[in-house]
Amino acid sequence: MSGDLLVVFPDPPPPLLAQTLDLGGYRWKAVGNAAVATQHEPSDGWLGAVVCADTDPDDAFSVCRVLRKRDTPLEPILLLVSGAQLAELELREDLFDDFCLSPFHPRELEARLRHLFWRAGRAPRAELVEYGDLVLNLETYQAALDARPLDLTYMEYELLKFFALHPGKVFTREQLLSRVWGYEYYGGARTVDVHVRRLRAKLGEEHAALIQTVRSVGYRFGQPRWAPGGAADS
Amino acid sequence: MERQLDYVLRTVEERGVRFVRLWFTDVLGQLKSFAITPAELETALDEGMTFDGSAIQGYSRVQEADMLAMPDASTFEIVPWRGDDAPAARMFSDICTLSGEPFDGDPRYVLKRNLDRAREKGFTFYAAPEMEFFYFRSSEEPIPLDKGGYFDLTQLDMVSELRKQTIVTLEAMGIPVEYSFHENAPSQHEIDLRYTDALTMADNVMTFRLVVKEVAQDLGVYATFMPKPISGAFGSGMHTHLSLFEGDVNAFHDPGDEYGLSKVGKCFIAGLLHHAREMTAITNQWVNSYKRLVVGYEAPVYLCWARNNRSALVRVPLPKKGKESSTRVEFRSPDPACNPYLAFSVMLAAGLKGIEEGYDLPPEATNNIYEMTAEERAAEGIGALPQSLKEAIDVMESSELVAEALGEHVFDYVIRNKREEWEDFKTYVTPYEIDKYLGVL
Repeated sequence: MSGDLLVVFPDPPPPLLAQTLDLGGYRWKAVGNAAVATQHEPSDGWLGAVVCADTDPDDAFSVCRVLRKRDTPLEPILLLVSGAQLAELELREDLFDDFCLSPFHPRELEARLRHLFWRAGRAPRAELVEYGDLVLNLETYQAALDARPLDLTYMEYELLKFFALHPGKVFTREQLLSRVWGYEYYGGARTVDVHVRRLRAKLGEEHAALIQTVRSVGYRFGQPRWAPGGAADS
Repeated sequence: MERQLDYVLRTVEERGVRFVRLWFTDVLGQLKSFAITPAELETALDEGMTFDGSAIQGYSRVQEADMLAMPDASTFEIVPWRGDDAPAARMFSDICTLSGEPFDGDPRYVLKRNLDRAREKGFTFYAAPEMEFFYFRSSEEPIPLDKGGYFDLTQLDMVSELRKQTIVTLEAMGIPVEYSFHENAPSQHEIDLRYTDALTMADNVMTFRLVVKEVAQDLGVYATFMPKPISGAFGSGMHTHLSLFEGDVNAFHDPGDEYGLSKVGKCFIAGLLHHAREMTAITNQWVNSYKRLVVGYEAPVYLCWARNNRSALVRVPLPKKGKESSTRVEFRSPDPACNPYLAFSVMLAAGLKGIEEGYDLPPEATNNIYEMTAEERAAEGIGALPQSLKEAIDVMESSELVAEALGEHVFDYVIRNKREEWEDFKTYVTPYEIDKYLGVL
């Protein structure tokens, strides 16, 4: 049994890793150590794990160990290691299913993940993301609202996809900039406001409120998500 | 990048796009376009498309007529006004030489170079223009829509239809607007574009002018951005709100200052005022532009700044409380028939120069500047904008700032082209002369 959430170490993960997973349409949760990985495991289990061993190898291997030494060991686990660490993999073969050299190329990481999930006989991610009347097809890059196709630029599409994959969660402008754009951009941090405005314009008056401004924080897509105890998740 | 190309290719396929238009801009600010088929798209994205540049204003160099248009995939948009059965798409393109170097004559490249300069200093440059224009019954004569009456729709219906369709089309193209309809002159309209980074905004201005003209044509009227189409009425301006950000922080804002302006903001304004005369041939590039820059129609004439004087060259709108990040300066001389890439380039260069050199901001203008005599203004050191295209070119010709901002190729071309325009005009006998002189001389 497995859910649709990847566990990622460390917290926060390197920006390029976060962006690659986001752009690939994966849902993920970052953890800072093995205890958090266990504590936050969804009731239907983790989908898999991506563990960076290049900055904090001890904690990284301990996360792998905890995920493996359970009644049902977690599979697959992808390890990111630097070239200098290859020797450390010896006698740890049981802790991961594949590894990728860091710094990694996003295409390689994506290909390895896809391959791991294929071998495990699982569809790694949904091809369709739906929220109310909004549907995004991650395979064809098309978005539709009330069955009407939306004409989006590439960045508008990526921003909407990011929002739709994380409904109810509040993101700051910096988070959105680093996770959706991820590279130097002429627009700087205000780019996010500009794109949100463009998206709202294209969603049309009726649906513009899908993307809400959270005063002095950032933006939230869809309804607020309530954490146990009634406090808003921010 | 690869994902972005993928996105374009898949969208063209999924949506059944039949033609992709590659857009670029000549030195005088006219939108140029050629269409490619989806079959050519992948090559175009990888290698660019060759075209003959010798017919494009300001591109022509006989020995290197062939050029490459490299589509900018981030600007890919479905064009909403060609009908749904065979959708078309557009991408702005960067122009390169055949060896793949950016072409110096490409206005988009000129702006990118200037934005890079700002970025090296840690600034992002934002612009928000107020676009003014007229609707006329045709391009033959400036007859306002509300004169004469052979239209089936009443004037009011027509205006609301124009307004509705223009806004819907602009928003569908990702250009958020604030519309204001005003009656300073008959049939004159204003649409304010919400701020964005200057490169996107220059692209947006090009799209905007096309959308306004296309929608008007669909409804059987003519839209024009000519700066002063009617003698004795208000002209059309492109007041442009400018701001610099350092990361998320508005670099123009200082809560402790009496005007709410930081040192950077003040130096930027001082730079605009100091170099305004040199760049007027770019912000106001036609013979007709100077019919607008006269006293009495809320167009700027004198080199001064103020918070509330609508005739000042630079206005500092008071930001709303709690909206300090909207601190900006409004530069009021440009007209909507300028080349936005070049106009934003020189405005930015002038402002940055003010910051680099630490120019002092002159005192705020008082209302009586217009009542002062020429001598009094001279005594106060208040200069005026050039009063003709000729004067503007003469001033620009000796401007190092403008030469550097535009680059040698564009600078030389503009000087040459505008001198020709002036010579042409100078030898033309105008209706004014026939009216005034023929009967009495």
